[in-house]
Amino acid sequence: MSAATVLAPRRATRPRVPVALAAGTAIVAAWVVVALFWPHLAPYDPELQDPLHRFAAPGAGHWLGTDQFGRDTFSRMLAGARPVLLVAPPATALAVVAGTLVGLVAGSRGGLADEIVMRVLDALVVFPAIIAAVLFVALAGRSVTVLVLVIAGSFVPIVARSVRAATLVERERSYVEAARLRGEPSWSLMVREIFPNVVTTVLVEATSRFGDAIFAAATLSFLGLGQPPGSPDWGASVSDNRLWLQLAPWTVLAPALAIASLVVGVALAADSLRGRWEAS
Amino acid sequence: MRRFLLRRLAAIPLTLLAVSVLIFTATELIPGDVARTILGREAGDAAVARLRAELGLDRPIMTRYFGWLRGFVTGQWGDSTLLRVPVRDLVLTRLGDSLILGALAFALLVPVALTLGLVAGVNHDRPADRIISVAGLTLGAIPEFVTGVILLVVFAVRLRWFPASAQAPDGASPLTRLGHLLLPALSLVLLCTGYVARHVRASTVNAVESPYAQAIELRGFTRGQVVRRHVLRNSTIPATSALGVQLQFLLGGLVAVELLYNYPGVGALLLRSAVEKDLPTLQATAMVLGVLYMLIVLAADLAYRLLDPRVRLGAGAS
Repeated sequence: MSAATVLAPRRATRPRVPVALAAGTAIVAAWVVVALFWPHLAPYDPELQDPLHRFAAPGAGHWLGTDQFGRDTFSRMLAGARPVLLVAPPATALAVVAGTLVGLVAGSRGGLADEIVMRVLDALVVFPAIIAAVLFVALAGRSVTVLVLVIAGSFVPIVARSVRAATLVERERSYVEAARLRGEPSWSLMVREIFPNVVTTVLVEATSRFGDAIFAAATLSFLGLGQPPGSPDWGASVSDNRLWLQLAPWTVLAPALAIASLVVGVALAADSLRGRWEAS
Repeated sequence: MRRFLLRRLAAIPLTLLAVSVLIFTATELIPGDVARTILGREAGDAAVARLRAELGLDRPIMTRYFGWLRGFVTGQWGDSTLLRVPVRDLVLTRLGDSLILGALAFALLVPVALTLGLVAGVNHDRPADRIISVAGLTLGAIPEFVTGVILLVVFAVRLRWFPASAQAPDGASPLTRLGHLLLPALSLVLLCTGYVARHVRASTVNAVESPYAQAIELRGFTRGQVVRRHVLRNSTIPATSALGVQLQFLLGGLVAVELLYNYPGVGALLLRSAVEKDLPTLQATAMVLGVLYMLIVLAADLAYRLLDPRVRLGAGAS
């Protein structure tokens, strides 16, 4: 604790009402339910074309209107939750597991291995993720697997660096020294002693990266680098319908607001969780 | 300071070399024969083989890599296989347009983020702080193309205040051009403001509650005077590193924003050359963007060091 915080007059610390946490979790949970059960919730088949009702304005028949093929915007918005939530969670999980492993090993071993790993990670962090994504998708084609790998790959260095930083702090603590002196092998030091004490960092990384993964998945899909054409992906819907922006703004607004609500929900929940974990 | 600069400058060519290997191998591995793509499906095998030889595609990969690298360094970037124009002119023109958009976004970002961060920090834990923090957090989470589309619907379609395309007609006055660029710049600014403001807020809170600021305030100066004379410098300088980080985001965000607003920048060029497999253009664009990224990272580090006397004069700081 720095001198400044000690000397500062204490404010009455109001217990943080977890409104943000509740709201954020509710939004995310709602979208997860939609992603799982949209076939039961959508009023129309999202692929059903109705040439007689193209660009219908929002109204009684179609709550959010129809698009250039007469497809129901509301149903497509619901169906679009699945592609995003099929990519972001596995990408986050992969990045967190791989990044934690790299950071933990580099941080607890130290020495030359640490130096090499960190230099490589530094170079990777500097390498613009968007260029890597464009190159990789052009190389490997568009699929869920490619998306997960691209997003996870660009997050691994970020996770590894924070886990390593936390590991370096823990490594110098006396409990690690004690364990070392009583002859614990180095893998056990890493897994049994240090890891439980950097779990907070890992959790904070996981929540932040989850929001970033949704952001990245939506953006790549908007750029035409997402899942194969035809999927009711939100990003792709914004991109496809932006030609009709003047004529049928609802076709762009619906998927755009869907993305916005999901990422804001994740951000609100992640931010208050972060505050709680770091305080504890 | 000099040692730091030398070390960082020496690291740049090495990193770029690694980046160039990555870009070259990635583009080399892209499926589909380039000569076949250019000539089309109907062309005979002999014609394809002739073009392959002409483009040097029949030579071993190492020869081609070094040939390409030498060409890139000496400014011979070849011709675009798609547009049939020299790549260098194409990329540099597009880069210029992107930099104009990026510079406008940055020029808007700095004062807005600093002001909001200062206001939030001075009003620590009051409603103004909460509103600014939550707004920054939410806006920072929303992809730029999403805010961009919402801005388009509101300001271009409904209110008709701004044009829907970022590209002004030829011969338009600078003011008209600015009007065309305002919405795309704004969607970039909205994304980045929250993060920078958050940093400014944190260091402002620290500075306002520090003993020296409290002592000055106890001596009878108003909050405003304390902030203007003493807090301002201490709270804005740490934000330069946050600005550097956001500048990289800005550059990455250009791809989506340029696509959304039909702006002929370097980001749109990167995307198009990748989709159309225009390899010379793709390689050169990726390299130019890589160089730009590295320069931005260096400039941000440097600015921070130059502005903060403690870091500037600190011994062995690197």
